[in-house]
Amino acid sequence: MAAKILIVDDEPNIVLSLEFLMQHQGWETSVAQDGEAALEALAGQSPDLVILDVMLPRMSGFDVCERVRADPRWRHVRILMLTAKGREAEVARGMRAGADAYVTKPFSTKELVDHVRRLLGEKGRSPP
Amino acid sequence: MLQEWVIVLFSFAYLGVLFGIAYYGDKRAERGRSIIANPWIYSLSLAVYCTTWTFYGSVGRASSSGVGFLPVYLGPTLMVALWWYVMRKIIRISKVHRITSIADFVASRYGKSHLLGGLVTVIAVVGVIPYVALQLKAISASFTMLLHFPDVLAPAKAAARPFTQDTAFHIAIALAVFTILYGTRHLDATERHEGMVTAIAFESLVKLFAFVAVGAFVTFGLYDGFGDIFERAHRVPELERLMTVSGSGYGTWAFLTLLSMLSILFLPRQFQISVVENVDESHLRKAIWLFPLYLLLINVFVLPIALGGLMHFGGTVDADTFVLTLPMAGQREGLALFAYLGGLSAGTGMVIVEAIALSTMVCNDLVMPLLLRWKALRLDAWADLSGVLLLVRRLAIAAILIFAYIYFRVAGEAYALVAIGLISFAAVAQFAPSILGGIYWRGGTKAGAAAGLLAGFAVWVYTLALPSLAKSGWLPAAFLEEGPFGVGLLRPQQLFGLTGFDEISHSLFWSMLANVGLYVGVSVSGRRSVEETSQAGLFVDVFRHTETWERARLWRGSASVDDLLRLLGRFLGPERAREAFLAHARRRGLALEDLPGDADLVHFTETHLAGAIGSASARVLIASTVQEEPPGIAEVMDILDEASQVRSYSRELEQKSRELEAATAELRAANLRLQELDRMKDDFMSTVTHELRTPLTSIRSFSEILLDHPGLSPEERRRFLGIIVKETERLTRLINQTLDMAKIEAGQADWRPAELDVSEVVREAAEATTQLFRERGVELSVPAAGPLPPVSVDRDRLTQVVLNLLSNAVRHCPPGRGRVEVRLAAADGAVRVEVQDNGPGIAPADHEKIFVRFRQLNDALAGGPRGTGLGLAISRRIVEHFGGRLWVESDLGKGATFCFVLPLEAPAAARGAGTS
Repeated sequence: MAAKILIVDDEPNIVLSLEFLMQHQGWETSVAQDGEAALEALAGQSPDLVILDVMLPRMSGFDVCERVRADPRWRHVRILMLTAKGREAEVARGMRAGADAYVTKPFSTKELVDHVRRLLGEKGRSPP
Repeated sequence: MLQEWVIVLFSFAYLGVLFGIAYYGDKRAERGRSIIANPWIYSLSLAVYCTTWTFYGSVGRASSSGVGFLPVYLGPTLMVALWWYVMRKIIRISKVHRITSIADFVASRYGKSHLLGGLVTVIAVVGVIPYVALQLKAISASFTMLLHFPDVLAPAKAAARPFTQDTAFHIAIALAVFTILYGTRHLDATERHEGMVTAIAFESLVKLFAFVAVGAFVTFGLYDGFGDIFERAHRVPELERLMTVSGSGYGTWAFLTLLSMLSILFLPRQFQISVVENVDESHLRKAIWLFPLYLLLINVFVLPIALGGLMHFGGTVDADTFVLTLPMAGQREGLALFAYLGGLSAGTGMVIVEAIALSTMVCNDLVMPLLLRWKALRLDAWADLSGVLLLVRRLAIAAILIFAYIYFRVAGEAYALVAIGLISFAAVAQFAPSILGGIYWRGGTKAGAAAGLLAGFAVWVYTLALPSLAKSGWLPAAFLEEGPFGVGLLRPQQLFGLTGFDEISHSLFWSMLANVGLYVGVSVSGRRSVEETSQAGLFVDVFRHTETWERARLWRGSASVDDLLRLLGRFLGPERAREAFLAHARRRGLALEDLPGDADLVHFTETHLAGAIGSASARVLIASTVQEEPPGIAEVMDILDEASQVRSYSRELEQKSRELEAATAELRAANLRLQELDRMKDDFMSTVTHELRTPLTSIRSFSEILLDHPGLSPEERRRFLGIIVKETERLTRLINQTLDMAKIEAGQADWRPAELDVSEVVREAAEATTQLFRERGVELSVPAAGPLPPVSVDRDRLTQVVLNLLSNAVRHCPPGRGRVEVRLAAADGAVRVEVQDNGPGIAPADHEKIFVRFRQLNDALAGGPRGTGLGLAISRRIVEHFGGRLWVESDLGKGATFCFVLPLEAPAAARGAGTS
């Protein structure tokens, strides 16, 4: 069964590119444009991994991350944080919030896919 | 029958004994074994208060007014009880300032004033000389009485004899010699006369024993004890009256008591004995009870003698002579001689001390100041003035006794002499306000003291001295009866219609009223000199100053030791001056050669000089020798100035430290602001990089996708490339606007204002966006209205604003059914532009947020060109630069209207800022 990935970002073009990249790996994708929508999507679809932007309307990526980590239902969910703010402090903040990986924008598409694959483990190795 | 030569011999033998005792006393003093350093001697010498006026006069007064003789002794008894507070202070002050007379005391207290010293001297001399005359008269009278022993006869008129044969004259001569010998043997700063005091103490014993012996003889010899005398007297109605105080007598009692309270302090002889001759303040402790005891003893037999005399002689003999005539009548030759001796001792003691006291005053406060000012004498050139000083004093003593003798001869039996005791008291009582005020009240001034003394003395002369002359027949009686020139209100003894007082009380009332009133009044309303202020402090706070008084000098100058030594030598004699300096040097642990001519030595010299010539003269002489003048107003002002400078300096310091604090606070605030700015810059950078990274992310992603996936459909490929191009445009726009914003904020923007029609700019901008509107399916309506009044703005910038508002509107309109309407108007001196859309609207809470850079409201518009987050912020800056305003009117669900106004008259700054 294909891995389910939730993409949370408010930039339509970035979402578009991420959808393309993930789907091309054979993973299922869904999209949320803000923090609250992300939490709703998590509850409804129980994804294996969330690609989470930090700068989100209504609720920041850090907050979403913390909420996910605080909820035992979502213990298995892997979180990859994406941010345009690349400073050390931001990275530390994200890791503290419980993210599994932290990738800065603009990212290398290859590296991003590798990150996601590693986080998904064997599960994600499905042929294209 | 007593031969005249026996009495004369006896008298002079007695005087010889006095000389011997005085000589012994002086010798003891010279050998450093003072005989008067003894409270008993001190207390006995105080009894110089009891003169012949007591010895003979008490009985006389008791015979006429009964117990009315008592106030004269009650007063001192009461006052002595207060001595620890009053006399001790006067003594301390006098010791500290080397004060040697009552005139010197007053002069010194009020700024070392020659005027006051002279005034006090004149009052004392005028008030006291008749009193001295009374002593001579008493001695003379008693001598004459005794001559007729055992017959009791009224004394023959002394004036009937030529003065060369007059006993009183011989006695006056003898007393002058004694006084000169023991009162002016040498000059000394302390002005103490040990031999004289010893003799006076001895005399006090003689008169006490004599009086008590006569009293005992009368009481127990002539009668059968006190009980017998009083019992017999009770049977005689006139005598019984003497043993009670009659109705109006209480007022008199009170006044007389007050009067004698003051005289025990201020009679020159009392001041001399109790203050000047005092060796040790602690002697007062014994004197406080010993002196009243003496007064009690000498008064115990007054009434018995008076009653006994009245009953014995039945009014045929003058009661003033009872002390002498009763032993005579009793055929007691020895006792009569003893009584005479008692009277003699009472008289001589008073005369001697009074003469010394007065001569010191006359010399120091009257004659020397005049001599020193008498330029023709060239006294300042004399090397040794001690001889002159001694000569002046000796002459003064002789003159006082001669004047007293003359007064006695002239006045004779006249009333002027008989009543003089209390009249004298009333004269010296005038010193009370200045002295008592002076030691307890800082406010008393020289002018006040002078006014009080003059007024009091004048009233005394008018109400007591002149009437006594009138009663003696030397002035017309009408002066007393009808007042001067017949003005009844001015009758001397019923002044201003005041009646019901006896003459002494009457005079005391008016003179004290005038004296105290003027002293206080003038003092309060006048100003004090520096010297007065300084002296007032030293006197009033004498007990506080005496610990440190050696240093508390106002002298700030210095002088050469030789000059000071020469100066002191001129008045004390070189020998004594040298001795004094040596002693002073020893006290300071120095050799005479090492003695510095500092303020200490200057003060030492001054006080020694003051002892010799009075404080006022000493001050003048010292001032002429010492380099620096004593502090004048200017110097004191300097001191005050210094103090105020210190104060203002500290105020300045305070001010500076306050400024420093303020500066620190400003710095702290500036630092905070800097940190804030730094944080804002970081935020800005962070925001900008975030904004830049976002389009960059899309560009990179799609580029890599295109690169890695060659098998993409041409459709997908075109779509992705389109995104890349759009994001690149966005990136460019973002960079441009960020730089633009930075320029505007830094004031480095390039403004080119020109007169233009806003409607023209709006139409051009609308045309430029036609394509965009068409793409989005949004309808745009722009009014075709005529030209608007011109405004002066930068055309490109204004176009930027309108474009921004139009693109903003089109982005927020719902695609396909959007509608944007532009409105133009000119009103209230401004051009108004409105851009209305039918988008989702903006909540009022967000109306200001949207103008903050990078604060975009996310309205989830997918597909359209995203704003940079800087457009509205830049637009607002531009409009404000030209003096206008940009704002939004909107509500959620009702679209939004962006409005701006531009004033027709642009502010000067905008017009002038051409190419900054």
